Amino acid sequence: MALDPLLLSRLQFAWVIAFHILLPAFTVGLASYIAVLEGIHFFTDRDVYRRLSNFWIKIFAVSFGMGVVSGIVMPFQFGTNWSRFSDATANIISPLLAYEGLMAFFLESAFLGVLLFGRALVPRWAYFVAALMVAVGTLFSSFWIIATNSWMQTPAGYEIIDGRFFPKDWFAIIFNPSFPYRLAHTVVGFYVTTAFVVVGVAAFYLRRARFLDEARAMLSMTLWLLTVLVPLQIALGDAQGLNTLEYQPAKLAAIEARWDTASRVPLTLFALPDPQAETNRDAIDIPDLGSLILTHSLDGTVKGLKDFPKDERPPVAIPFFAFRIMVGIGFAMLGLIALSLWLRARRDLFEARWFFACCEIAAPFGFIAVLAGWTTTEVGRQPWTVYGVMRTADSVTPSLTGADVLLSLLGYAIVYLVMYPAGAIMIARLIRKGPSDTATVEPVASGRPRHPVTALPTATTERAP
Amino acid sequence: MIDLVPLWTIILGLGVFFYVLLDGFDLGVGILYGFAPDRDSRNLVMNAIAPIWDGNETWLVLGSVGLMAAFPLAFAIILPAVYFPILAMVLALVFRGVAFEFRYRDSEHRTFWDHAFCYGSMLATFAQGIVLGAFIQGFQTDGRHFIGGSFDCFTLFSLFTGLALICGYALLGAGWLVLKTEGALQDWARRLGRRCFLGVLVAVAIVSLWTPLMEADIARRWFSWPNIAILSPVPIVTALIAWYEWRALDDHSEAAPFIGAIGLFVMSYLGIGISLWPMIVPYKFTLWQAASSPSTQVFLLIGTMFLLPVILMYTGWSYWVFRGKVRGDIGYH
Repeated sequence: MALDPLLLSRLQFAWVIAFHILLPAFTVGLASYIAVLEGIHFFTDRDVYRRLSNFWIKIFAVSFGMGVVSGIVMPFQFGTNWSRFSDATANIISPLLAYEGLMAFFLESAFLGVLLFGRALVPRWAYFVAALMVAVGTLFSSFWIIATNSWMQTPAGYEIIDGRFFPKDWFAIIFNPSFPYRLAHTVVGFYVTTAFVVVGVAAFYLRRARFLDEARAMLSMTLWLLTVLVPLQIALGDAQGLNTLEYQPAKLAAIEARWDTASRVPLTLFALPDPQAETNRDAIDIPDLGSLILTHSLDGTVKGLKDFPKDERPPVAIPFFAFRIMVGIGFAMLGLIALSLWLRARRDLFEARWFFACCEIAAPFGFIAVLAGWTTTEVGRQPWTVYGVMRTADSVTPSLTGADVLLSLLGYAIVYLVMYPAGAIMIARLIRKGPSDTATVEPVASGRPRHPVTALPTATTERAP
Repeated sequence: MIDLVPLWTIILGLGVFFYVLLDGFDLGVGILYGFAPDRDSRNLVMNAIAPIWDGNETWLVLGSVGLMAAFPLAFAIILPAVYFPILAMVLALVFRGVAFEFRYRDSEHRTFWDHAFCYGSMLATFAQGIVLGAFIQGFQTDGRHFIGGSFDCFTLFSLFTGLALICGYALLGAGWLVLKTEGALQDWARRLGRRCFLGVLVAVAIVSLWTPLMEADIARRWFSWPNIAILSPVPIVTALIAWYEWRALDDHSEAAPFIGAIGLFVMSYLGIGISLWPMIVPYKFTLWQAASSPSTQVFLLIGTMFLLPVILMYTGWSYWVFRGKVRGDIGYH
């Protein structure tokens, strides 16, 4: 079989973005968490929050560094492998990407330097502001990148002249039909991902009876947060589903493996979709539930894949299974939150060792759900790069040969397979060391102790006798 | 409607130049890092750029996205044409970027990360130099697409500009280290700086002769009358700056070597600009032909006018926080 530059370019994009998305999935939430910890420390002066913040800042530094370098790869992908897509859509998507750089990246990197190395160099309020700015930066970044992605999913506000897109209405471009839903669902998903990591780490310490103060503070506050966020996330997912039904019916049909247009459709829990025979094998269906969930009405109509020409259908199996993995994890998370509430009611939250074990297992759940959800939405968009308008096959760089892309894909594969395990090992090591080691002696700036007030009691006791 | 292309040319030109200067000095520091005498000095050398490197690299993202936003046709033609140098650059930047944290946290493999940092910096620089050389030589196009091969960008000329940029960035890096260090380490930076300077001098001279020999248009631009008279200050000022830089590396001034190196970059950049003006895809498309739609330019300009000064302000602030000589107790230790 000849090497296909299109297929290889798609694999390469999937590879580099799948690895990249893991880091924002973690750092967007972590930046906000650190800002909250710094805020609590700033206003209450309780040292446990400074220790926690210091601890998570170190983990943030490792992941953010990896996020920066794996993120630099991304805009170049547009040019090197998807030059026809870039040429056609640059008038619309490039300002959104540029705004991401202008608003977010500089904010993050400038203040991250202060966050990492500046505690002794700047006043306390400035340090808190730096933490806040990094968090705001990550949210700006999410806003613009999701706007870009959503425009590709549900394009609006454009006209086409000579095969290229031209902007007509910037508000419609940015706030395109799927944008608000996707933004909310993604950012809350990122927060949930981080929160489960924090809960997992806290449970890891509690089970080994280490750093109990820090671990209890982390576990309790984060579980409260999740009690709000996980149900919210499920509701947001439902809202995005309704939006997909309206604007990307072929994607929705693939997600649910619906072949025929019908009302009162069942919910297919499991099946082996067979695109040749255009039917499902070994299906486990619950009658009518599909219509109820997808349209919020028992006899709602859901369009089937057979209503779309074969060359305008997405692959079925991948979105179908990826979506079920995401939803399955969502409900497992909900179960864990319910357990935590039950334990709280019995005043057993900090005692139940089996619950800590569950939390440790759940620590990576968010990452799996993010990857599964991203796979669902991106594969479901196929065969288009700009939904319904520009085909993926017409987007790839014409000059590339299969061998070129195979070589670059191997390069990315090798480098990421070295870098990511190394990063994971380093983060695991930081977690094993724990927060209290990080409470080191603060360097003294310009001959003065940094907290004159905390130095005071020692001075008085010396003079008192 | 007002023609915004000149304004965008200035913004993008400045953005790319900022990237070259800022990531230039920290890639240069990375290149010199491999020659540092011992672990203590390596720690100091790395800490001289640790708080600012990722901010510097952000300009690269802005440069590439800015090119896509202001001159999308150039983006769509040039990037496929330099497919492999771009690949080498980003992979090298990945290794080099993670080395900051990993070297500090993973002491068993410190030597590996030391090498990743130094060779990563060197390879990224070399790749950027190849991109520059390929850019000056121009690309094979058909309509709005690049139609050459992915290996066409590797020529004797582009390999030479790759080496030249290594010398150039290393000179900037040496200037930065003279500014940020003291004592024996500073003397070491000056010594290496002098060697890099000689490399830069030879490279600038050769490229200045090679380009007009290669492209008749460039030769006409510089040597036809009255251009030769109007443009003569460029080589003269360059020579004066070179003399200043050589003196600065020899005496005891601390900021002068860095300033002189910046001056040499300004002049080289200006020289390339004069040679290629008004082309953005050399010899094929002008800035105006490759420009994005006026609506795109206006939409992005509004925000840029607000955000760029703010960025410069807080970037300046973060440099100010870490001003002065690099200390053992701030940063990785």
